[in-house]
Amino acid sequence: MYIGVLYSRIRRDEKLLLAELRERGHEIEKIDVRRERFSLDSTTANVGDLDLVVDRCLSTSRSLYATRFLASYGVTVVNAPETAEVCADKAKNSLALAEAGVPTPATEVAFTKEAAMEAIESFGYPCVLKPVVGSWGRLMAKIDSRNAAEAILEHKETLGHYEHKVFYVQEFVDKPGRDVRVVAVDGEPVAAMTRSSDHWLTNAAKGGETESFAVDDRARDLVERASEAVGGGLLGVDLMEVGGADSGEYTVHEVNHTVEFKALNEATDVDVPARVADWLERRAAAAASDDSAADDVDEVTI
Amino acid sequence: MTTETDPVLAEEPITGEEIELPADVEVGEIIDSPVTGTELEVISLDPVVLEEAPELEEDWGE
Repeated sequence: MYIGVLYSRIRRDEKLLLAELRERGHEIEKIDVRRERFSLDSTTANVGDLDLVVDRCLSTSRSLYATRFLASYGVTVVNAPETAEVCADKAKNSLALAEAGVPTPATEVAFTKEAAMEAIESFGYPCVLKPVVGSWGRLMAKIDSRNAAEAILEHKETLGHYEHKVFYVQEFVDKPGRDVRVVAVDGEPVAAMTRSSDHWLTNAAKGGETESFAVDDRARDLVERASEAVGGGLLGVDLMEVGGADSGEYTVHEVNHTVEFKALNEATDVDVPARVADWLERRAAAAASDDSAADDVDEVTI
Repeated sequence: MTTETDPVLAEEPITGEEIELPADVEVGEIIDSPVTGTELEVISLDPVVLEEAPELEEDWGE
């Protein structure tokens, strides 16, 4: 296969995936999106002969636009731009999960600090304020008091980019000191881990300790439905256990579309890059099959 | 003659010192400078060129 990799920074995750794909004999086209241009019908990126492009952009905005342009040229891109659009925005992410009936933390969005304050007061303390775009636990606020809420809202309104004036307020879920990250391909779990910390933020990027997690039937069902809700693909589905670590009940707080997997690869016995490469091979084969069928239709039409 | 297991040598862009990179280094990869601790981006491999990596931006993540 001839596989394109959209990137702007090669993390350990991309190195693992590139090594796996090369080891299997696939030809790789690394596409640094910072160096390319995208017009309405073509691009300077060398995508013409690619069987598949996998989006590994570190920058969400670049991911959103680059995948959208490539898809418009008929290039098969994973994850699809529609999935990226939902996952890149926490409000859209929450809506998609709720619309699919997937349990997700109660959330309100408000556009002024006064309305946001009302939302915060209605949740009570503590509650959580998150940026709609962002990752790795950055700029997340656990709000313990009205005084803190007023200060954070004023700072966001005064200093923030316009997206910080979309106030995303969420109930505080009293998780058991950990959350669960499941990496899945089209809803099928590849591997899972817990991320534990004494801090309320347990992200691996924030130093949360990782440990392998056995996905039970309930979590498997939620991962499948959450994946479908955002359009499928290679995803990182984040769940919190509600009612204690052994309750078997979860709430899905987020689905990530350019998921990192180096921590998961180290925390579990699963060869995550190999499983991702397996999936990419299946997706490329399916895309080639679709193209072939389309060609047959064209020939009949002619 | 170099092989794939030979370390890659490069000039540290801030101090000008010669530093060693992993043999499997990739264009686009970020390396922590062993001299200054600064994050360096691998711009090219032939010749090997390093630059200070871009600062973290707000929309970076997964």
